[in-house]
Amino acid sequence: MQFFFEVLIGGLLSGVMYSLVALGFVLIYKASGVFNFAQGAMVFFAALTYVGLLELGLSPWLALPGALLAMVVLGLVTERVVLRPLVNQPQITLFMATIGLTFFIEGLAQMMWGANVRGLDLGLQDEPIQWLTDNAGINVSKFDIAASGGAAILVTLLALFFSRTRIGRALRAVADDHQAALAVGIPLQQIWAIVWGVAGAVALVAGLLWGARNGVQFALTFVALKALPVLILGGFDSIPGAIVGGLIIGASEKLAEVYLGPYVGGGIEGWFPYVLALAFLLVRPEGLFGEKIIRRI
Amino acid sequence: MFYREAGQFKASYQADNAIFPLRQDRIGIAVIVAIAFIVVPLVASPYIFTGILIPFLILTLAAIGLNILTGYAGQLSLGTAAFMAVGAFASYNLVLRVPGIPFLVAFAGGGVVAALVGMLFGLPSLRIRGFYLAVATLAAQFFIVWFLTKVGWVSNYTASGVITAQQIVIFGYAFTTPTAKYLLVLSIVTVMALAAKNMARGNVGRSWMAVRDMDVAAEVIGIRLMRTKLLAFAISSFYCGVAGALFAFAYLGTVEPEAFSLDLSFRVLFMIIIGGVGTVLGSFLGSAFVTLLPVVLSVSVRFLDHSLNLRIAESTISNLELMVFGGLIIFFLIVEPHGLARLWQIGKEKLRLWPFPH
Repeated sequence: MQFFFEVLIGGLLSGVMYSLVALGFVLIYKASGVFNFAQGAMVFFAALTYVGLLELGLSPWLALPGALLAMVVLGLVTERVVLRPLVNQPQITLFMATIGLTFFIEGLAQMMWGANVRGLDLGLQDEPIQWLTDNAGINVSKFDIAASGGAAILVTLLALFFSRTRIGRALRAVADDHQAALAVGIPLQQIWAIVWGVAGAVALVAGLLWGARNGVQFALTFVALKALPVLILGGFDSIPGAIVGGLIIGASEKLAEVYLGPYVGGGIEGWFPYVLALAFLLVRPEGLFGEKIIRRI
Repeated sequence: MFYREAGQFKASYQADNAIFPLRQDRIGIAVIVAIAFIVVPLVASPYIFTGILIPFLILTLAAIGLNILTGYAGQLSLGTAAFMAVGAFASYNLVLRVPGIPFLVAFAGGGVVAALVGMLFGLPSLRIRGFYLAVATLAAQFFIVWFLTKVGWVSNYTASGVITAQQIVIFGYAFTTPTAKYLLVLSIVTVMALAAKNMARGNVGRSWMAVRDMDVAAEVIGIRLMRTKLLAFAISSFYCGVAGALFAFAYLGTVEPEAFSLDLSFRVLFMIIIGGVGTVLGSFLGSAFVTLLPVVLSVSVRFLDHSLNLRIAESTISNLELMVFGGLIIFFLIVEPHGLARLWQIGKEKLRLWPFPH
């Protein structure tokens, strides 16, 4: 039983990391209807930029704003150069454009900072919390706790930003209905620019945590693939959905790997989340928290 | 002046519904096919066959398959490569386990197995739409590749997982030279492309397009959604399966799950987006574009590097190629969101008058 809880908690905590990546997707999808496949590449770019700045001899307190600035600029440029000319195109065209963007960002990041695998030390130790080990017999990594704490802060900030600020309300209006938002005088393009900037910032947080966990390397771009089942499970346009979806996927993935994996030869982490999300979709075609689509002729 | 339909009267529905209603098109296609079958084998070098033409044709076939599903029936799929893998492995096993089976039958059998698997993974499409479906097809991509890696029986318990594909022998003739393989692939692609064009103009194709444009409305006018969607998945996967079998047998020479990664799925998707969604011509143009672009890029970057003596590092070159590839995709999407096939359409309009102003 202890082992079960250990796996469960480990899974939930890694689910938080998935949620972080999924959040970036949700932000952009909500505001502009773009399924941004480049989010994974942005995570990679962010982590690599931060590490690159550190290697140039900057202190972490300078490198962080530097990387943040780079991400916001990247988001703004993307919005201006890629998305604005493609306004009103079918969603699939925009999706393909973001895949093109993925290649571009991957190339750019590696050209700027090189393709070596680097470590990233955030000053958090990846070791079990002694108190929990002694009292409950469960090993929970300090790093995971800190990471999910960071994620919780980020989500709270985003929730406050969306509900309390003027820009946040404008964002929600745009998400609801582009045309109506335009009609009441919300500057659509400014809002999109802001969303891309914020998504860049979220990518930075995700990139730092994932980079510290797995090392800053090209494989970071694949975290996007981890986030996709989270997205369809929670619904593309729901922030709570991204969180809950991440927890469900993280926990069930780890449990399946431990308890189901040995019977079928292991390595099921790659596809199990997708099949699980698919099963959820058959019951709720818009994901758990996605907006229900009513179809009329 | 050269491309006018003036004077070509159609006296029957049959003539009006022909695959190529215009005489110029018929002549043009005949000339292109003749060049592909007769002139190209005489002039092309083995490198051009194995490096460019064979992958181009095979990926065109996969692109036609995806175009049937995404372009005509409107069901976005990211699992193309997985269905190709099913076709490749099924053909391999058919040749291996059924003694004396003709190769063409084995290829078709691979396609049929892929079609069945495609229908299975197409079932969710009855309930989910759009990007939700696209991500759901990723389940097919990851699951199938995992399955083919893990289950020893399908790879005949080969330890390394990389199997050498059997030599293609049809009517006692072994297709070993690049030219022979090229002609085989070309024949299959020609027949199947014509079949796709034929399907698209008929009842099946029209019901696909109705479902694509608005499935609720299509249902109201009496199109059976389940049948239509599953048929699209089946036929699309059949095309992908045959393409996968050819990819393994005529191009790679090996059968391995790693060749059919998500990357390949995306490449095929690029082909239909850049070529033009919902056109067979677009599959050819897109495939040519995506196959040729990396070759042209790498040659031209190396040429620049060499002639200007820049001595760019090898890794920089590959990153530069990646950036230019991504940039060009975005560029083409912005300039012509309807794809290269649309450019040809516009060109045809212009050709009607050219070179006279009126």
